[in-house]
Amino acid sequence: MMSYKADRSIKWRFSILGVLAGLALLAMTPAKAEYADVIINNYADAAGMRPVVFPHWFHRIRFRCKVCHADLGFQFKAGGNKITMAKIIDGKFCGACHNGEVAWSVENCNMCHSGIPGTPTHIHGSTVQRLVSPPYKALNAPQQPQQ
Amino acid sequence: MRQQLKTFIGSAALSLIVSLPAAGADMSRINVMQQAAAPAERLIVADVSSANTFNRNLKKEKDPNAPPPEDGYHDPENEGTHILQPPKESYIGLPTTEFGNHVDWVKAIDEKKLSPRWDRISSSEAPFVMDLDIVRPVKASVPDVVFPHRQHTEWLACANCHPAIFIPQKGANQINMSAILLGQKCGVCHGKVSFPITTKTCSKCHSKPKPADWSPPLSDATLKNPWR
Ligand code: HEC
Ligand code: HEC
Ligand code: HEC
Ligand code: HEC
Ligand code: HEC
Ligand code: HEC
Repeated sequence: MMSYKADRSIKWRFSILGVLAGLALLAMTPAKAEYADVIINNYADAAGMRPVVFPHWFHRIRFRCKVCHADLGFQFKAGGNKITMAKIIDGKFCGACHNGEVAWSVENCNMCHSGIPGTPTHIHGSTVQRLVSPPYKALNAPQQPQQ
Repeated sequence: MRQQLKTFIGSAALSLIVSLPAAGADMSRINVMQQAAAPAERLIVADVSSANTFNRNLKKEKDPNAPPPEDGYHDPENEGTHILQPPKESYIGLPTTEFGNHVDWVKAIDEKKLSPRWDRISSSEAPFVMDLDIVRPVKASVPDVVFPHRQHTEWLACANCHPAIFIPQKGANQINMSAILLGQKCGVCHGKVSFPITTKTCSKCHSKPKPADWSPPLSDATLKNPWR
């Protein structure tokens, strides 16, 4: 139920078709995700969960940057905080609010884990992604998706 | 040799067609017909190779603020995706811009249309706003940069910038456009979460016009050029 890998045995043919169609679509239409949405996928995919989509626009309507980036210690780096569920239920990171007090609690897995499986960690719409010629990247640098 | 001849004939035909309109307005209809038939028409780049498209490298933002199930990153097969709020719905009534989230976040706070919490729990704590502009003269012909503390301290704590990103001393930090575009200095936030770096936003930072008598410094190569 929680895992998108459930009943994959029935669906694998469709998945392959879907991936092919998806690739074709990706090549044609640029993604239209909201500016500053962060996709966090250090561990989620590997654990059979969809990647996490964190919407900056939604949270900045409610909180100033300082609350998360100073008080709660989120560093300015997509994927750089090494968030895990253990830390979240411990009241850290997302768990400082998604605890049933400040915001809905952690049982709502699929509200956070809502990204398309396989999407790499990145921040959407960044200026670096929009550069026509990609900047120098170290060989072992994490992948940025093509737009 | 034969190739050269071909080219010559080709260009002769082309120049004839090009010069025809000058021959008089009443000839224009014949001209159009000849143009359609002439082999010179084949020279149009698009006919030679399909690689020659218009706007080869231009990426345009399509349909900004798409609802989550259609945005290309949220999985439409996930039930939760359909419960998430579409950005357009929550932006109603907020001042707009032509870039980023298409919301003017600074104006939204200034006009009291938004008042995001400064504290995780209490909604009565107010930010410590500091109104201090730092002018950074720019060597290039673009207007000088004004860094306004006011708009930043509405959103951020001093510790978000000082000392990790900027030494708190006027002129002590080396900043240039390449670093910003690659996500350093101002680019830690701008181009990622705060307004992006696009042609439409240059003037937000480059906001102090150069003095009327200012002209760009000449490069050494020009100054030393003996043919000048
Ligand atoms: C408030 C948002 C949020 C909710 C709700 C949430 N998660 Fe997560 N979860 C995250 C984030 C952020 C990560 C880090 C993702 C990464 O780096 O891959 C994560 C990572 C994970 C991981 C991989 C890392 C680890 O800790 O093992 C698993 C598995 C996981 N979540 C399962 C769940 C399940 C099951 C639920 C529901 C009971 C859930 N999550 C609810 C935000 C959330
Ligand atoms: C509700 C919490 C929250 C608020 C409020 C918030 N952020 Fe974030 N921010 C995050 C999270 C979560 C990440 C991703 C961290 C990760 O993946 O480990 C992030 C990442 C970032 C990044 C890193 C992007 C990159 O990869 O280089 C920047 C820059 C940033 N935020 C700026 C801001 C600014 C500016 C504001 C205020 C307008 C703001 N944030 C408000 C939670 C928040
Ligand atoms: C400072 C508090 C705070 C932190 C930290 C925080 N959130 Fe939230 N989040 C909220 C609040 C408040 C809501 C709105 C709850 C509601 O509408 O009932 C919310 C809503 C959401 C939503 C739903 C948006 C929608 O469209 O309804 C998602 C998804 C989400 N948060 C993900 C995350 C993730 C992932 C993290 C950690 C990386 C995180 N949040 C950290 C306060 C926080
Ligand atoms: C968004 C980032 C940012 C924030 C937040 C910020 N500053 Fe600054 N600050 C700067 C920059 C950029 C400079 C200019 C440095 C330069 O010119 O090299 C500066 C310069 C200064 C200076 C030196 C002024 C001078 O004339 O030499 C002081 C003092 C200072 N900041 C104090 C603060 C205090 C106090 C706060 C919190 C209320 C704060 N800053 C918040 C970015 C920031
Ligand atoms: C820590 C994050 C951060 C850094 C670093 C930062 N800014 Fe900002 N800046 C913001 C945020 C947040 C806003 C609010 C508007 C928004 O989000 O688009 C803002 C707004 C502004 C505005 C006001 C725009 C207006 O509409 O009034 C200017 C100008 C600006 N920044 C210039 C700079 C310059 C120049 C630098 C580098 C010297 C810089 N910023 C560094 C986060 C940052
Ligand atoms: C977030 C604020 C910001 C935005 C947006 C911005 N600039 Fe800059 N720019 C700066 C700062 C800061 C400097 C360094 C000034 C200095 O020398 O101290 C700079 C320097 C420059 C320089 C001088 C050469 C160099 O690299 O130092 C040029 C040219 C320039 N910018 C052009 C542009 C253009 C064109 C745009 C729009 C696409 C733009 N800038 C948008 C902040 C910005």
